[in-house]
Amino acid sequence: MDRIGAVLCSGCGIGDAVDLDAVAKAAAGSGAAATLIHGCCCSADGLQAIRDAVTERGLDGVVVAACSERAKRAEFASLGFDAAGMARVALREHCTWSHPAGDDDTRLLAEDLVRMGVARVKNGSPIRPLSPEVSDTVLVVGAGRAGLEAAKTVAGMGHPVVMVERSGLLGGHLASQKSVLPEEPPYDRPHDNPMPGLIADITSCSGITVLTGTTIDAIAGQPGQFRVRLSGPSGRELAVGAIVQATGARPYDARKLHHLGYGASPDVVTSHELEAMLVAGQVVCPSTGAPPQRVLFVQCAGSRDDNHLRYCSSDCCTATLRQAYELRTIDAAVEIAVVYRDLRAPGHMEHLFNGVQRMAGMMMTRGDVEAVAVVGKPSVQIANSLLGERAVVDTDLVVLAVGMVPNAADGELVRKLHDARRDAEHGESAPVRADAARLVGELAAHDGTEILQLGYRQGPDLPVLAYGYPDSHFICFPYETRRTGIHAAGTTRAPMDSAQAAEDGAGAAMKAVQCIAMARRGEAVHPRAGDRAVPDFYLQRCTQCKRCTEECPFGTLDEDAKGTPELKELRCRRCGLCMGSCPERIINFPDYSVPMVADMIKAIEVPEDFEGKPRILALMCENDAVPALEAAAANGASWNPWVRVIPIRCLGSVNIVWIAEALSRGVDGVILIGCARGDDYQCHFIRGSELANTRLGNVGETLQRLALEPERIKVVELSHAEFDRVPRLLDDFASSLAALGPNPMKGL
Amino acid sequence: MKVTRPLLVVGAGIAGVTAALEAAEAGAEVILVEREPTIGGRVLRSHSYFPKMCPPTCGMEINIRRLESNLRIRVVAAAQVAAAEPTADGWKVTLAIAPAFVNGRCTACGDCEQACTTEVADPFNLGMSTVKAIRLPHLHAWPRRYVFDRTACSEDEARAIAASCRYDAIDLAATPTTETLEVGAVVLATGWRPYPSDRLPELGGGLPDVIANVEMERLASPSGPTRGAILRPSDGRPPARVAFIQCAGSRDVNHLPYCSSVCCLASLKQATYVKEQLPEAEVTIYYIDRRTPGRNEDLLRKVAALQGVRLVKGKVGRVEPSAGLLRLRVEDVEAERIVEAEADLVVLATGMVPSAVGDPMPLFTRTDEDGFALDDPAAGITVAGVARRPEDVASSVRDATGAAARAIAAAARGR
Repeated sequence: MDRIGAVLCSGCGIGDAVDLDAVAKAAAGSGAAATLIHGCCCSADGLQAIRDAVTERGLDGVVVAACSERAKRAEFASLGFDAAGMARVALREHCTWSHPAGDDDTRLLAEDLVRMGVARVKNGSPIRPLSPEVSDTVLVVGAGRAGLEAAKTVAGMGHPVVMVERSGLLGGHLASQKSVLPEEPPYDRPHDNPMPGLIADITSCSGITVLTGTTIDAIAGQPGQFRVRLSGPSGRELAVGAIVQATGARPYDARKLHHLGYGASPDVVTSHELEAMLVAGQVVCPSTGAPPQRVLFVQCAGSRDDNHLRYCSSDCCTATLRQAYELRTIDAAVEIAVVYRDLRAPGHMEHLFNGVQRMAGMMMTRGDVEAVAVVGKPSVQIANSLLGERAVVDTDLVVLAVGMVPNAADGELVRKLHDARRDAEHGESAPVRADAARLVGELAAHDGTEILQLGYRQGPDLPVLAYGYPDSHFICFPYETRRTGIHAAGTTRAPMDSAQAAEDGAGAAMKAVQCIAMARRGEAVHPRAGDRAVPDFYLQRCTQCKRCTEECPFGTLDEDAKGTPELKELRCRRCGLCMGSCPERIINFPDYSVPMVADMIKAIEVPEDFEGKPRILALMCENDAVPALEAAAANGASWNPWVRVIPIRCLGSVNIVWIAEALSRGVDGVILIGCARGDDYQCHFIRGSELANTRLGNVGETLQRLALEPERIKVVELSHAEFDRVPRLLDDFASSLAALGPNPMKGL
Repeated sequence: MKVTRPLLVVGAGIAGVTAALEAAEAGAEVILVEREPTIGGRVLRSHSYFPKMCPPTCGMEINIRRLESNLRIRVVAAAQVAAAEPTADGWKVTLAIAPAFVNGRCTACGDCEQACTTEVADPFNLGMSTVKAIRLPHLHAWPRRYVFDRTACSEDEARAIAASCRYDAIDLAATPTTETLEVGAVVLATGWRPYPSDRLPELGGGLPDVIANVEMERLASPSGPTRGAILRPSDGRPPARVAFIQCAGSRDVNHLPYCSSVCCLASLKQATYVKEQLPEAEVTIYYIDRRTPGRNEDLLRKVAALQGVRLVKGKVGRVEPSAGLLRLRVEDVEAERIVEAEADLVVLATGMVPSAVGDPMPLFTRTDEDGFALDDPAAGITVAGVARRPEDVASSVRDATGAAARAIAAAARGR
């Protein structure tokens, strides 16, 4: 922007604490075309004064130095500037609430903050939103409970659906179930299977095209504009706007459960095998064909087990309750025992537990099933149960409540396998080819597991998190996805029961439809929902280093044959991690760029002599660390006045050049404060914090070569709630820099 | 997607906020009504979420950003649905809006708080501390404006408070108002309240050092009554032995016949609060079943492996005060005997009661025997979060997202 106005608010005590005339002078000195001081900028009068100044002085950008951009958003948004045209400078929180009134240091801080704001707007360029053509169709992959609910929900919102199912039938596992868990009262017994009705709804719905016996050959493109090629004789091609992956789960392979007698006796069956007998209306011991007099259910067969599935499969306890009920209903004489470690019947399922427990002939006990011996009839060895420390129970039929394994591919590992396979053949040297061949062997289990067949640089399927589930491990945002416009739902996303899978399908349907709507408006989806700025890649200077294409957490960038990034802007979530990754600094947003932050750093006036006061740069995550700091300010805390805070989108967006810029200008130290990384990451861009840490680890060596202490740079994890810790963190960093002495680059 | 009439979302806890945002980002007009003066509901009173131990304000920060930048959502805070009648294609709803003694001109500068001397029990801290009668409800309150317990102050003080405001934001003459809305569909997300500890006298409910799990969240929070220090309410000393009593009122026909779903994980999480702050403390969790579904199992493993944490399968029958400490009588199911134990602090893992129980609200056309609301598709009503079933935050958010879709569909087809 060229003509920038600096609006200074004297309200909320700001004018009492700093000499705003001096601050206005600093703004003018840094290139503001106009300055304005008002007693309450957020009031109707204040906003009008700003509007008048904009018109009279022909301003194309404003710096509002008042309160935090987290306050009075609607008021200042009413000025009509886009994100590049207006900078909010938190004089109140970052300066006057947190630093002594009338102090020179407080004024210098205010002056720097406003200069930094001017530099920010100066570097902004108008946002030109996309208005792409998009398809309204949602592709639903998998026709189990989650997929069917997703299809029905999407259709209910008026969008066309194409549903593909690998098998010849709709309904998944549930279709071959005698009954289901109660989803409405009465909760104390199983309910009729709703699948026939749901399937009829789906097949009769004009907006839903069902393709069975169909898989995906290839998916290319981006949200709003996916191009899907289906398998089969039709080789049909579709344009879809969003995708729901509801490919379900499969039972854990009971053949791995030797210790529980599976395979050793036909009278040890899985819960799925029992279900088939329940549906047939006759439960028998496979060895004799006679109905069992005694049936024993073994819970957690393969679940919650270090040797098998570490997680709880979530639906086996309630499934057993349901099956026990059905079994008793078929055969009122059968005696049923259930041996569980913890009986997990959450919420209303407690009523089902009670209902089944009350039935005659039902014995439920806590216990650890150590082994099932099968000499003749199965005999079950149980430890720590109501039957005593050690007990052996003979039974006619053992039912193993086996857990679930997601039908999902690990997109990143499949890609690794593909790369290794290519290198094994075409690698440049024999050792490279040998290493690659070894990797091909290690990853062999992933061969042919592809489901979505995405033509993405980062792999053909969603990335997985823990235990092979393509989840994002978020709590507040369970549909946050690492591949924009593609939502996993149901048991492929996490272990869950059928009622939960139905809810999950509906939720994913909502997000799919929403993603299409947002793509049409040229808006980013979560977490920067509504952001309409698109990154610009100045490819003439690209060196094909592939950092951006590798590091984007959302698989936004593909590559051409030479390795040049190909931006798929509708996949982009605007985190700026690519901007942080680029050594050539050719990736920038109109409202957030490498030169912008570099100029903000340059706007900090650093006392040049070694006797002057230090300056410290704090690059802080705008979603977590900055709010924590502002909460500290609101709570009356103060911190070192020589710190200059620049809110950033994510630590991952920090380009190393900013640090170099700061240190070369004599800034004494740089602290980066962001969110937790690792398995329980809190970074909303998934790996931003992690990447920053790796990148800065590499900087340490460079610093040492320049005779600068690595301690001048510090990366800290801080959560949104740690307002009590953040001022101390800044003060401690300042003390540690004091111990190092001034930056030797000062004044150079 | 074609929706012509707005959706009404009742309740702005995590479920209601989610339903409103998801629908609005897809293009629907939404009116989000909240009884409290600020949004966020119960989750913001938690110190952290299981299993990641991350703060609820982090996600809410993003949600507030989404709310403020979305012109399709109108938030009506400090309001309740007073009446509702079905129309040909939706509902005509009357909102009763509490008087806005502090209006939108408030800058949250804090001058009024300085002028106020009266303190009241702090509802944000569940009454465990006091706060000024005029205040920002909590550090991250949104709408970011002060609230005024007008009745707590004398007329003189109220006038002095109003005079202290430089922005004309305090209106002592404000009166309750009503507003009538025509909406196409409704999402009920009215949430829950904790089962009251004082209904559990046998478990020590009401004794000073017997606290509820929701109170433990406030104790552990830096914005709580003790600034995050886990201390015994009776003497302000750190407890050496902390006992968690699971199913305090839940899975009990005399209290709540259902499982509240979250208490096992909440206690495991709180055990980590205690151990992080007081590494020497002995923590015992008395449970019937450890219900940690899915990968939440990892949290159970992690806590069970902590030194000084014991998980005991047993039903606590009685908690009694005894010379400055608490004596517990526990039926140890595995050992088939009654054991006695002592603790300095007892945490009752109390369950969830749907808000509509004992406080009937319009639009609850279908409820189950426990007071949870059920979807009523014919009436264009869908339910999200704990109003529907006891569940954790991730599940509430999941259900609220689906509920938004069902509401859009209902509004599109017109009942």
